[in-house]
Amino acid sequence: MLKLSAKMPFDDLLPLSVGTVTLSDDTPENMSIIDCPVGTEAKVSEVLKSAHGMGLPAANRTTGSAKNRCIWFGKNHLLLGPKPDDALTKIARLSDVSDGYAVLRAEGKDIEAVLARLVPLNLAQKHFKRGHTARSLIQHMHGSLTRVSDSAFQVIVFRSMAQTLVHDLERAMISVEARASLLK
Amino acid sequence: MRLDRGRLINRARPLRFTFDGVSMTGYAGDTLASALLANDIRLLGRSFKYHRPRGVMTAGSEEPNALVTVSPGQGQEPNVRATLLELYDGLKAESQNRWPSLNWDLLAINDFASPFLGAGFYYKTFMWPKAFWEKLYEPLIRRAAGLGALHGTSKDKSYEKANAFCDLLVIGGGPSGVMAALEAGRAGLDVILADEDVTLGGRLLSDEGEIDSSPAMQWLETVKAELNAMENVRIFNRTTVTGAYDNGTYGALERVGNHLADGPKGLVRECFWRIVSKRTILASGALERIIAFANNDRPGIMTAGALRSYINRYGAAPGRSYAIFGNNDSAFETARCLQSAGLHIAAYVDSRSDSTLQGDFPIFRGAVVSNTAGRGDLQSITLRHIGGEDKISSDVLAVSGGWNPTVHLSCHMNGRPQWDETTQSFLPQSGAIPGMVYAGAAAGHMSTAACLRSGSEIARKVISDLGAKAASLTLPQAEDTPYAIKPLWSVNTRKGMRAWVDFQNDVTVKDIEQSVLENYRSVEHMKRYTTQGMATDQGKNSNVTALAVLADVTGRGIPETGTTTYRPPFSPVSIAAMGSEGQGKGFAPERFGSTHQIMLERGAPLIEAGLWYRPSYFPQAGEKTWRQSCDREVLAVRHHVGVCDVSTLGKIDIKGPDAAKLLDFVYTNTFSTLPIGRVKYGLMLREDGYVMDDGTTARLSETHYLMTTTTAAASQVMGHLEFVHQCLHPEWDVSFNSVTEHWTQFAIAGPKARQLLSAVLDHPLKDADWAFMSCGAVSILGVKGRLFRISFSGELGFELAVPSRFGDSLFRILITKAEELGGCVYGLEALNVLRVEKGFITHAEIDGRVTVMDLGLQRMVSQKKDCIGKTASERPGLMDCERPRLIGLKTVGAVKQLTAGAHLFNEKDPVQSAYDQGFITSVAYSPVLERYHGLAFLKNAEERMGEKIRMVDHLRDIEALCEIIPPVAVDPKGERIRA
Amino acid sequence: MRVICPKCGERDLKEFYYQGDVLALGRPDPDADETLWNDYLHNRDNPSGVREDLWYHEAGCSAWIVVTRNTATHEILKTELATSRKTAEEGNA
Repeated sequence: MLKLSAKMPFDDLLPLSVGTVTLSDDTPENMSIIDCPVGTEAKVSEVLKSAHGMGLPAANRTTGSAKNRCIWFGKNHLLLGPKPDDALTKIARLSDVSDGYAVLRAEGKDIEAVLARLVPLNLAQKHFKRGHTARSLIQHMHGSLTRVSDSAFQVIVFRSMAQTLVHDLERAMISVEARASLLK
Repeated sequence: MRLDRGRLINRARPLRFTFDGVSMTGYAGDTLASALLANDIRLLGRSFKYHRPRGVMTAGSEEPNALVTVSPGQGQEPNVRATLLELYDGLKAESQNRWPSLNWDLLAINDFASPFLGAGFYYKTFMWPKAFWEKLYEPLIRRAAGLGALHGTSKDKSYEKANAFCDLLVIGGGPSGVMAALEAGRAGLDVILADEDVTLGGRLLSDEGEIDSSPAMQWLETVKAELNAMENVRIFNRTTVTGAYDNGTYGALERVGNHLADGPKGLVRECFWRIVSKRTILASGALERIIAFANNDRPGIMTAGALRSYINRYGAAPGRSYAIFGNNDSAFETARCLQSAGLHIAAYVDSRSDSTLQGDFPIFRGAVVSNTAGRGDLQSITLRHIGGEDKISSDVLAVSGGWNPTVHLSCHMNGRPQWDETTQSFLPQSGAIPGMVYAGAAAGHMSTAACLRSGSEIARKVISDLGAKAASLTLPQAEDTPYAIKPLWSVNTRKGMRAWVDFQNDVTVKDIEQSVLENYRSVEHMKRYTTQGMATDQGKNSNVTALAVLADVTGRGIPETGTTTYRPPFSPVSIAAMGSEGQGKGFAPERFGSTHQIMLERGAPLIEAGLWYRPSYFPQAGEKTWRQSCDREVLAVRHHVGVCDVSTLGKIDIKGPDAAKLLDFVYTNTFSTLPIGRVKYGLMLREDGYVMDDGTTARLSETHYLMTTTTAAASQVMGHLEFVHQCLHPEWDVSFNSVTEHWTQFAIAGPKARQLLSAVLDHPLKDADWAFMSCGAVSILGVKGRLFRISFSGELGFELAVPSRFGDSLFRILITKAEELGGCVYGLEALNVLRVEKGFITHAEIDGRVTVMDLGLQRMVSQKKDCIGKTASERPGLMDCERPRLIGLKTVGAVKQLTAGAHLFNEKDPVQSAYDQGFITSVAYSPVLERYHGLAFLKNAEERMGEKIRMVDHLRDIEALCEIIPPVAVDPKGERIRA
Repeated sequence: MRVICPKCGERDLKEFYYQGDVLALGRPDPDADETLWNDYLHNRDNPSGVREDLWYHEAGCSAWIVVTRNTATHEILKTELATSRKTAEEGNA
């Protein structure tokens, strides 16, 4: 009996550690883009809250937790984790992109130094706190960055760029680690 | 000679290095320049044009003379300033611009020919005959005049870029910069303190002097410890801020690993920082200038401040008998330094007759150094005073013509520095760079106390500007002697003698005079005529002197003469650092589809399509050329069935009540009337009437469409849709998102396509199912997917989409099943042949210069509605039948080959552009037709079907006689596609 | 250069795609006079001083932005979303 088997974007690539920083696969089972029909943001937020426990985040912010997260995605929102509830699909425009993005978690003491080599944003804790999110560049790639803890970021790029993302991050991690070892 | 002092060298760590192959020893903390001086090496290189012997002139990044090549051989770095190059164990350096050797340089003959080689010489002499320039003169000049050479191999170490953000960027870590950083740090601002040197301190590292009644170094250590402990202060050592750009952006080059023999694995050589700051304090100090007098360029002549650096900082004494020549009080510090080091002062020459300086060594007031002598390096100086001339034996001459505040960064956005009579120097123009203020010597404060005070005061202003509160900080006490100076730019020289102004480009006072004689009187003209200030040092020591000499010669004042324009970078930045984002795989992201592993396993050569990597063809055992594989794949599709991954085409999900309106507006044809479950081919124009892109769009529900774009135009189309929605029709309620990557999509084409599909669909297909251009949901081995009855091959064709995680798995199954049916997997080459045979267009045809008329698709422009580009496309010029239109071509003569890019000419016409009839855009060898089939654009095409035309390809040197035929060559009635 | 995106905040120049004059917002009617269309498609002023143009925050939130800036000083005086500008214009019309 033929059966389709699943292959995820970071299979064979992660986890990966260099120095103090570790990259791990954080791609959830489901991802959906939420677009709100004109004038329905408040209502969609309410439905999202009752269905999945968090409202729509404000611009540059996220809501929810590690398992059920909603992040501001520039022109709309990305729901990570749950399969969207029927109540939500009725009111909002959902696009299933579960296989469209590669999501990784980059964690460690030197993560800000690593990202400073790739991202033209001020990601210092003081300016970019837990729950803050941004759409920006990761080296040459368009992507999404979210601080998920004091020392961890969630990075999202298109699925096809998973390998490039790991390559670019790894190169920066090696450089940062080499600098750190100079001081040892 | 090494003295028993040296604040920054570590005698416990001796280091071995070689210079021109000779092995020597220095210490950790040395620069190559200090180590060479300590080893009594004073001749470091030959000058650019006259090959004059040259030595170390400064102790910093402004060095014009002491350029060396590091690590000759692979990875060599030319034009490294020995004064910045930190010594490491095993360092290999070589002198430059000499042949055959540094001491015996045959090209020094240029120096004897100098009467003929002055400024303007090249322009005048090598004008005639014109043909000699490229072949003879230029190579000769390049050989004789130049700097170090590149090796031509790639570097062994990498470079990087990084971003940094702060409230306050302090540029320069001397007393004023350190003081400013301390104030701002204590006030809680995010501070970056960037300093070019290996450690903070600036002139404090080299000069005598006390702060708060203790040696200045002690104060410095305390402050450094405090700054290091502050989390909100980042100290960037070895970092030169190279440019000031808009809105608080600065470029800075950090030397990370190029001062290490063997850094840890992965350590970059250099990092190019992009620093964004809310405020910036320029505390870049000042650079000492030299005085122009005859033969002032011998090794052994250096700036007075540099001599103090070599003695105090490195304990390196460059000679035995010292003379000092100055026009200001700061030079006197050098005398004090020499005395405390127990070195012999042969003469102190002060050009000011009213100078009150006192010392127990010969002091000559109101005198000048008028000449120097020596074989190669300095052995004696000639003094000129009221009583006549005296020759004094001396092997080191320290010169101070005053100090130029380092104003460069303040000028990077058109600011012009302002002349200041008191300090006889240019000061930065206030407000020249938004957000930048000036402190310390850069602002004309020359004493240590004044620098500390200015650093503190300026920082406090910034702190309150940014809404923070300054902490209480007591200003440290230090030396506060006023800076007294009387201008002296050049000393009159006898006829035939040369006084150097720009050492790196060999420009003398005489050259500037010559420039004025020829009426190049403006400072910008003088610069270009003489090349003064145009070398790698950008004239850091010479610019002000040169314009002062110019002012003197023209009789204008210095303020009227003005400066040339200061541009970034402040000091040279390696291209490798600026381009570090493009190294190796960093050049561009690589996009790999879900079936990438299968392409690799099957040995398919990959081709880049946009950023995607797609398979060209899938070679099988025994196939020697790509054509063999391609022909097999094409025939398999035409006779059996083929599978191809077409996922890279852009897929845009369009939803909302106004989705149909949007589509009708961006496509020339109508989509609002498309029934649900149907697909339609659409043509998209730019607003200027030319074709932008094409593709199919499926209607999945009343308010849900799925648009496809060509692979390379996907992001352009997305931006276009955003433009149309946000900028033209924000009132439309529509959303669109890229779902390209969510779906992996396979083209399944060929007479047995239904059989193959049935093998993977949970509900097998019947012949009547899925009419041409229909679409809908399907279940593929238990997974929800989509099926589209579309074809880019002209065969019975489908495209089957699954979520990408199943792409790899489904592709393997489809390939196996296809092979069982006599078919195969096919790549882009076969895909291209199949579409060329059918006359289908790609971006080879719609190259941005083509209209719907040119394509013969004018019927696709709906006359019932407006759309982007419609009005402009109806301009008479774009409807002209003279415009080349799409046709097909086949060869009819002896030559059977067609080539893309070739041009078309009438048989009898000359092959000249005036007679050009058109050009070929795509060519494929059709194994079905057993001939080449070409797509081309041809003038007056409609009337010429069946006529002959001549193809001429000058690049490949091929000519062929062709017949003009319709673009569609296989199944013109489209029976197979609808089967 | 730093551009303030009305949605994302201050961002580096390299996140943006520069389109050109803001007049692209005012598309003429399909049957408008051909000089109007000619001006819309082709004719552009090149002032030294304050001008308005359209930027696309391509590597950010995908917003089209009207940027008011001074070409002589490179100062950015104002940024607003193209949609807000457009909606305001419709309101005035």
